[in-house]
Amino acid sequence: MFLTEGAQGLGLFAFAPLIILFPFLGLLINLTIGRKLGEKGVSFIAISAIILAFVIAVLQLLALLGQPIPLGATVPIAEWITVGDLSISWSMQIDTLSVAMMLMVTSVSALIHIYASGYMHEDVRHQGDPSRFTRFFVYFNLFVAMMMILVTADNYLMMFVGWEGVGLCSYLLIGFWFEKGKDGIGNAIAGKKAFIVNRIGDFGILIAMFLIFWVVGSLRFEDVFHWAHAFGEENVLIISVITMFMLLGVAGKSAQLPLFVWLPDAMAGPTPVSALIHAATMVTAGVYLIVRSSPLYSVTEVTSNIVAIVGTATAFFAATIAVGQSDIKRVLAYSTISQLGFMVAAAGLGAYVAAMFHLITHAFFKALLFLSAGSVIQGIEQGHHDAEHEGAEIEEPFDPQDMRNMGGLRSRMKLTFWVYLIGALALSGFPPLAGFFSKDEILADARIENTGLFLVLLAAAFLTTFYMGRQVLMVFFGKPKTEPAAHAKENPPSMTIPLLILGLLSVIAGALNAPGLHTLTDWLDDTLEHVHVTEFSISVAGIAVIFSTVAVVLAWMIYGRKPMKKGEPDPLRKILGPIYTGMENNWWVDELYQFLFVGPYVKLSQYLADVVDWRFWHDWFHDTVLAKTYRSLSYWLAWTFDLRFIDGIANGLADVTKGAATRLSVLQTGYVRNYALAILAGGLLILSYFIFR
Amino acid sequence: MLAEDLLMNASLSILNWVTFAPLIGVLVIAIIPRKRHDAIRWTALITSLIAFVISLYMLSMFDQSNPDLQMVVRVPWFNIGGVEIEYFLGVDGLSILLVLLTTFLTPISILSTWSAVDERVKEFMIFFLLLEIGMVGVFLAQDLFLFYVFWEFTLIPMYFLIGIWGGTRRIYAAIKFFLYTMAGSLLMLLAILWLGLEFSSFSVPDLVANAKIPPDFQFWLFLAFAAAFAIKVPMWPLHSWLPDAHVEAPTAASVILAGVLLKMGTYGFVRLNLQLFPNASIDLAPWLALFAVIGIIYGAMVSYAQKDAKKLVAYSSVSHLGFVVLGLFALNIVGIQGGILQMVNHGISTGALFLIVGMIYERRHTREMDAFGGLWKIMPIYAAFTLIVVLSSMGLPGLNGFVGEFTILLGSFGSVALGSSLYAIFATTGVILAAIYLLLMFQKLFLGKLDKEENMVLHDINWREIITIVPLIILIFWIGLYPAPFFDLMGPSVEKLVEGLQSAAMVMR
Repeated sequence: MFLTEGAQGLGLFAFAPLIILFPFLGLLINLTIGRKLGEKGVSFIAISAIILAFVIAVLQLLALLGQPIPLGATVPIAEWITVGDLSISWSMQIDTLSVAMMLMVTSVSALIHIYASGYMHEDVRHQGDPSRFTRFFVYFNLFVAMMMILVTADNYLMMFVGWEGVGLCSYLLIGFWFEKGKDGIGNAIAGKKAFIVNRIGDFGILIAMFLIFWVVGSLRFEDVFHWAHAFGEENVLIISVITMFMLLGVAGKSAQLPLFVWLPDAMAGPTPVSALIHAATMVTAGVYLIVRSSPLYSVTEVTSNIVAIVGTATAFFAATIAVGQSDIKRVLAYSTISQLGFMVAAAGLGAYVAAMFHLITHAFFKALLFLSAGSVIQGIEQGHHDAEHEGAEIEEPFDPQDMRNMGGLRSRMKLTFWVYLIGALALSGFPPLAGFFSKDEILADARIENTGLFLVLLAAAFLTTFYMGRQVLMVFFGKPKTEPAAHAKENPPSMTIPLLILGLLSVIAGALNAPGLHTLTDWLDDTLEHVHVTEFSISVAGIAVIFSTVAVVLAWMIYGRKPMKKGEPDPLRKILGPIYTGMENNWWVDELYQFLFVGPYVKLSQYLADVVDWRFWHDWFHDTVLAKTYRSLSYWLAWTFDLRFIDGIANGLADVTKGAATRLSVLQTGYVRNYALAILAGGLLILSYFIFR
Repeated sequence: MLAEDLLMNASLSILNWVTFAPLIGVLVIAIIPRKRHDAIRWTALITSLIAFVISLYMLSMFDQSNPDLQMVVRVPWFNIGGVEIEYFLGVDGLSILLVLLTTFLTPISILSTWSAVDERVKEFMIFFLLLEIGMVGVFLAQDLFLFYVFWEFTLIPMYFLIGIWGGTRRIYAAIKFFLYTMAGSLLMLLAILWLGLEFSSFSVPDLVANAKIPPDFQFWLFLAFAAAFAIKVPMWPLHSWLPDAHVEAPTAASVILAGVLLKMGTYGFVRLNLQLFPNASIDLAPWLALFAVIGIIYGAMVSYAQKDAKKLVAYSSVSHLGFVVLGLFALNIVGIQGGILQMVNHGISTGALFLIVGMIYERRHTREMDAFGGLWKIMPIYAAFTLIVVLSSMGLPGLNGFVGEFTILLGSFGSVALGSSLYAIFATTGVILAAIYLLLMFQKLFLGKLDKEENMVLHDINWREIITIVPLIILIFWIGLYPAPFFDLMGPSVEKLVEGLQSAAMVMR
């Protein structure tokens, strides 16, 4: 059962399966005895599991560094599906790309787990069900395990297990407070939406896998890429089709146009979920998939161009929406979509390393921003509680996530403010923070490859700085707009220490692929082919920084100079008019989809169920056509035909039929029994014919 | 052979025991006073467990490298028109999993009736055990006539299970179930008689090996058999009896109906249509696949619009079995193995779904999904089990449904017989649609606010209910993570079947 023969001589690589196993063990322990452990014990188990996974990731890094050329290893675990020509194992591919993902995911996960142990302690009490603390960490551990399956798989099918597995965790965690949200069901519906939209994407992945299998004969990365290497040129068309279907999956998971609609709603999940799953890790899986499949993508110019266009369009489109949001987390959600667009665009342009670089830096600063936002929300909730205690008047319902209820938090939550600022600056791409280097690499690539896309990306970068400026000014500057904001409190160390570490990472992560050093480029070069070094471009960096500075100034002029007062409309509404309304309303994409797809689907299924299936097939065809016709026929047989002709010939048989007919015709269901008897009689007749012929 | 030898042979084979072990229980129950419900229940349960153990023993004797029939029992029975009809049982890779599925689901179903069935327990259990005999017989019979006898025999106990212990419209549903199946099987009977008399044998392996049925005849014979099987599966648009039967049937009967009885139809396609009429199978494969794909999408959409949870699950069977038929008529190894595995998977997942719906029905006496909401809060164990089953049913990778669906879709995508990937592409949309209706069901029952008075006092599932569902959950994970033993069992037989199809195709060209 277990493929052990390959495991010898793997050295440290042999430990790789533990990176999946530890989180699983963590969740199993908490699932079975979590109730007895208490909150401390549960979070200890969950956090330890992830830290151990991180240790394994580091071991894998060391193992790679120990190789003369870090080519990595394949670590087989067990046989999985072997049918006909299809042969797929549970098997891990440890190489520079997967180790980069392992390190990023486990480190960010560990920090967010620690943060969540503090956050969820408060959250479960605010929401009124402390017993769900354990469940949260069970899901959280499961998520990490699934994410590890996703990034370590050595074939598409195993990757797909992780791919849908993280989607399941996303579903469960978005709907974690399943009785909350709009009408008490809003959160559950948001989770379902995420799952279904992702399934639409997964349809694409499935078709891509079918094509790959029937063309290549294998789903292993190694075989597929080898094939692409050897026969890619003459199979450009089929590879284009494969990669296009795959792109559908990418659009689902990484929230790209046209499937991005689930991610903003996913903010219904607790904030650590938004940080870990819907910003730092899961949503980047699509980018990872493209990068992993780069041997396929780099063959086909058609798809690569489409990928670049989809990414760029998403980057810009989502950035415009972010400008018009007033919910602190929704701004960040659209920002995530936009940044994922940058990564996808980079991958489409062939700048796979730039995409990975931005994926990693973004994981740090976006996790930081989300967690800080969580800190803000919880600070305000605390303030809400305290203000109520002091008898202050608060408008109900009070939304602790609405930035229009905030303001002036700079002085009340100093640490949160500073780390938030670092995150915002990193995201905006100010030197020397992490986002500066990674975004510059993408922009520099775009400028070389495609000027049109470069300009759109630049505009998106401009909007990024603008909406972050707007957010920071609305949340932290000016005067508190409500009592809860005025009473806001800083959070305990379990929450703030992870913020500090992530803040530090957001500052220094740019060094990963600093200009001139190309550490990450060299590192990934051993796994990815066609890696090209993008030289740091002073001019591009200069332009980007100038744009960002202008955006900050603009944001200050609009939101900083004269802070909005409570109840005052957004100043941008006056300036932009209907455009602002569009931004505020997500450009009515949800409404459009409702009109085009959801509504018609619901109507069509109801029509099929009520009219076609029930009234036509069930009532009319069966009950009327079949049954009634038969009933009339049997009456005719019994009373006319039967009496006159058969009676004398086959007495016994006819008597049964007739007797039954007379007796049962009074009953409502009589006709069918009669029918049964007639069939039986007919069967006997036929049988006797064969026997006695 | 001498008569004594034949008798020896017959009594020694384990397959007799696998088939007729429940008869012992029937006889014991017959002498237990009817008031002693618990004694009757325990007898039935123990008998069915013994049958299961015997089937495991059969499994241990099964040589999975051998593609042919094993543990054969073959005794002349009687003859018509000079042609011998035999009592002929045998098991191979095509049927062994279904035999095990039957003996596995029967004790689970019996356990689920503990508190649900409180009237005429004696008759109920007798019918239930008789039903098991019929089902196992269908999967083991290798003589066409014997097959037909077992096939029709299953109708009678099921007819009474629905008609006596069912819901308010039980008589209507029971008769409809009976007539639909009967109507289809009459055509099959005609075809069986014609085949047997024309080729002087009713033995399936002999007919496969010796009879070269002319393609013109194959066409009509195929249709005659297909009529019986398509109604049983049921394939669209012959499914009209299914929602009635399921809605009215008691939980245990629904579990068996969906879990095993429907598989008799898909099994019939594999055992008889593909083997006996390979040319017709190749010719008609696109048509069968077309109806299968329509069924997948149609069933999923109609499921979505249901308000009654049990009806939703019933229609989902139309969709799921569409996948099975599609896989079988891909006529390649991957598709057929996927199809057979998916029969088992559907038995597990849908069986479990019916158990789950039954548990809530027993508590609230309604299955209207709008009557619930927020149950997760007070029934967390029940919710967790349901979630796993729902995920299995919608084919989440890592669980059993995915392995079956993936291999079916993969097989049909590249199928030469179907000649087009469009069938698989349309069928794959069923994966999206399944998530839509199943998550809706889960949401309506478990998520949202717990705001209905009647629901607030519900208690979580008890130990007996946990025991009924846990074996299914274990299999859901087992097949999902490590399906190799299951594929290995059927592998050689399916390969042989596909070789037969291929050589038929060669002759045709």
